[in-house]
Amino acid sequence: MTGAFRSLVRSRSGLLGLALSAVVVAATLVSLVWTPYDPGAVDPRASWAPVSGAHWFGADRLGRDLFSLVLAGARTTLLVSLAATVVAAVTGTLLAAAAAVTPGWVRAAVGYGIDVLIAFPTLLLAMVLVAVHGASTLTAVLAIGLGEGFFVARVMRAEMTRVLAADYVLAARAGGAGTWRILYAHVLPNALPTLTVLLSLVMAIAVLAEAALSYLGYGVPSSTPTWGRMLHDLQTQLTIRPQVLVWPGLAIVATVLGFNLLGDGLRDAGDPKARRT
Amino acid sequence: MRLLEVEDLTVRFGDSTVVAGVRLSLGAGERLGLIGESGSGKTLTALAVAGLLPPGAAVTGSVRFEGSELLGRRERAIAPLRGAGIGFVFQEPLTALNPLMRIGAQIGEPLRIHRGLSRRAARGAAAELAARVGLPDPERIVRAYPHQLSGGQRQRVGIAIAIAARPALIVADEPTTALDVTVQAEILRLLTALVEEEGSALLFISHDLAVVAQVSRRLAVMRAGRVVEEGPTLDVLRDPREPYTRQLVAAARATSWNPQETPS
Amino acid sequence: MTPVFLVRRLGLLAAALFGVSLLIFVLLRLLPGDVATIVGGVQATPEQLAVLRERLGTDRPLPVQYAEWAGGVLTGDFGRSMLNGVSVTDELARKLVVTLPLTLTAAVLAVAIAVPLGAYAALRQRAPDGAAVSALGQLGVAVPTFWMGIMLSVVFAVQLRLLPAQGFPADGWAEPGRAAASLVLPVLTLALAQAAVLLRFVRSATLEVLQADFLRTARAKGLTTGAALLRHGLRNAAMPVVSVLGIQIASLIVGAVVVEQAFSLPGVGKMLLADVGNRDLVKVQGTVLLLSGLVLVLGTVIDIVHRLADPRLRDTP
Repeated sequence: MTGAFRSLVRSRSGLLGLALSAVVVAATLVSLVWTPYDPGAVDPRASWAPVSGAHWFGADRLGRDLFSLVLAGARTTLLVSLAATVVAAVTGTLLAAAAAVTPGWVRAAVGYGIDVLIAFPTLLLAMVLVAVHGASTLTAVLAIGLGEGFFVARVMRAEMTRVLAADYVLAARAGGAGTWRILYAHVLPNALPTLTVLLSLVMAIAVLAEAALSYLGYGVPSSTPTWGRMLHDLQTQLTIRPQVLVWPGLAIVATVLGFNLLGDGLRDAGDPKARRT
Repeated sequence: MRLLEVEDLTVRFGDSTVVAGVRLSLGAGERLGLIGESGSGKTLTALAVAGLLPPGAAVTGSVRFEGSELLGRRERAIAPLRGAGIGFVFQEPLTALNPLMRIGAQIGEPLRIHRGLSRRAARGAAAELAARVGLPDPERIVRAYPHQLSGGQRQRVGIAIAIAARPALIVADEPTTALDVTVQAEILRLLTALVEEEGSALLFISHDLAVVAQVSRRLAVMRAGRVVEEGPTLDVLRDPREPYTRQLVAAARATSWNPQETPS
Repeated sequence: MTPVFLVRRLGLLAAALFGVSLLIFVLLRLLPGDVATIVGGVQATPEQLAVLRERLGTDRPLPVQYAEWAGGVLTGDFGRSMLNGVSVTDELARKLVVTLPLTLTAAVLAVAIAVPLGAYAALRQRAPDGAAVSALGQLGVAVPTFWMGIMLSVVFAVQLRLLPAQGFPADGWAEPGRAAASLVLPVLTLALAQAAVLLRFVRSATLEVLQADFLRTARAKGLTTGAALLRHGLRNAAMPVVSVLGIQIASLIVGAVVVEQAFSLPGVGKMLLADVGNRDLVKVQGTVLLLSGLVLVLGTVIDIVHRLADPRLRDTP
């Protein structure tokens, strides 16, 4: 693992990914204990305050400090995306295991079900859930998590099928190991590197999905600061002061780029073939 | 004038020298076996002759074919020689063929390139070539795709491509390594018979002493990018001078092979 | 291609459409409470609710409701809005006039951008410009579609004043020039977002082909590297890209919903967002089915095209 870590750091894009992800996580942690202003604090005198030493990114109509809102937005985005990624990892791995080890027609049915549901856009799933239950953090997490879960399931199914066909699994089976034992002792540990890489990429997709959902007005409640919601609210300023639209967008780009590059870097670091070139 | 004269051929990838000052010579109609372990530089030597090295390779030295220098030529100037002057048979018959193109089109392509044959005429010629390399039902097989053929059939296609434009030299790079043992012997017989009929010269590359000995009367042994020993096949086998050649011969004998005997 | 494959593939499509329609229907019926209370509001009297239930058909068993809805959809009737009783089919048709040109043009443009750029990035992999194109693609994947739209608006509509920033003519395509002008930035936004994803696949497919043995065979026959790439490489590189296109359709449709919102275009996506807010379940149900059905149908078409183009797939049942 240390060898993989070293080659991750050595590749320029992997290092950039690690750095960006670290900055976002650090911003989240910092925002938990400190922001320059209370992100919710209204200050009529600071309405549309320009960029200054007092307000690094300026302020919005209500005079809320945009830098503090962007910091606090990191918290929401990261937590929602992390929760969605966990949901995706659990459902995806369970589905993949079901599709890899069940016999005959069940395997075919689960496999085809995954292929169909992967084509069902995550955002549409979110729309259906919101239409029924209303917008909330839970619906956002569930919609993104389940939607990406099918994606995880498809990749993990292929990976598990590969591991199941390996000689050491055959040997274990010949030695009398049962399905559960093989899954637990051989398939999961060997599929873990793939899952790690995958989850970094899923995290990036989840950040984008959360931002889109919030932007459309159906993400976390409007009282919680998020980058997508900020852009939704600030879009009215498109013609007057477009500069306020830059920061939340850049925050999303940096976060997604970070997790994407980290995922790619982890994949290359774990792949001796790619490591050499 | 010799057909092919390679002098002081050196191939480098960045800092590593993979072929270091190789010297080879081949007269018209002659056959030369080039033998060595994997990584010895034998394949790269053959590719360098016709400018087929992967990008990033730096080549120096001299390669003269029919008296004219090939090294340093731009690709546009060397490409017309490939197929028409030097034909190639590669190791992996499946990946060496375009999976999306019909067999007939692939066999006929050298003729379209070098003789300007029409699509139709090339297809006709391809069927004749398919028959010559012993493919069953040539009219049907030229309409097939590579994945529909067996490994041995695919290598027959590879040989048909190599001889299509009647080159004076055929380079065969481990043409039987990827095949079953029984098929290997058939392909070897076919290749030598066709080279004989065509009067072409043959540069046969292999790591397998038994196979090379069967095909060529002269032998060059490569190791770590250099030709360490060269001479008539039987002399080299009976009295190997280099320790490495001795190892090779000893290893071949250990697998109960007798140089006088043809493997089946 | 065997007819068996075609029948099987269409059968699978039918099964998938059935499964997805059932899923949408069930998800929309997992309501805490019932539809009539949502439509009628909390002040509605029990008598009013009973009338509503009868009008909406929610007083009948679920299988009957599903059968009626699915039967209607098969004959082109997506039901009526729960809010104003307008035919959902008519509404969808009116909105598709915006959504279809948007997505189709964007899809074509995305391919037109991604294929040459991706191939270029692969061919010049070790050169700075090739690496720059790859990096640009990597960056493009990280940009949210709606923010890309906002930023394009800022540059081309607000700063340069070349194009309208928002909206679509109220009279639709009556003045084609004006309608088309208001679609330029949305199409560009959607196309760039899709192209960034596609570019990476084109690049890796081209890289793979560049290292392929059969390309060396083609050069050994007497072709130059460029000619070998054109005659043998292109089609081989296109195969994995085509199969990615099938998967990309879902993100194209989602992108269209977001772009319509960002540019406030009166398309299917913007309507869906409004209906979700209004909890017009019948319209949501119809729109989601139409959009996901579109994804499945186009995916199947691409799958079949892929089969036709690749002889290796043609022979497997």
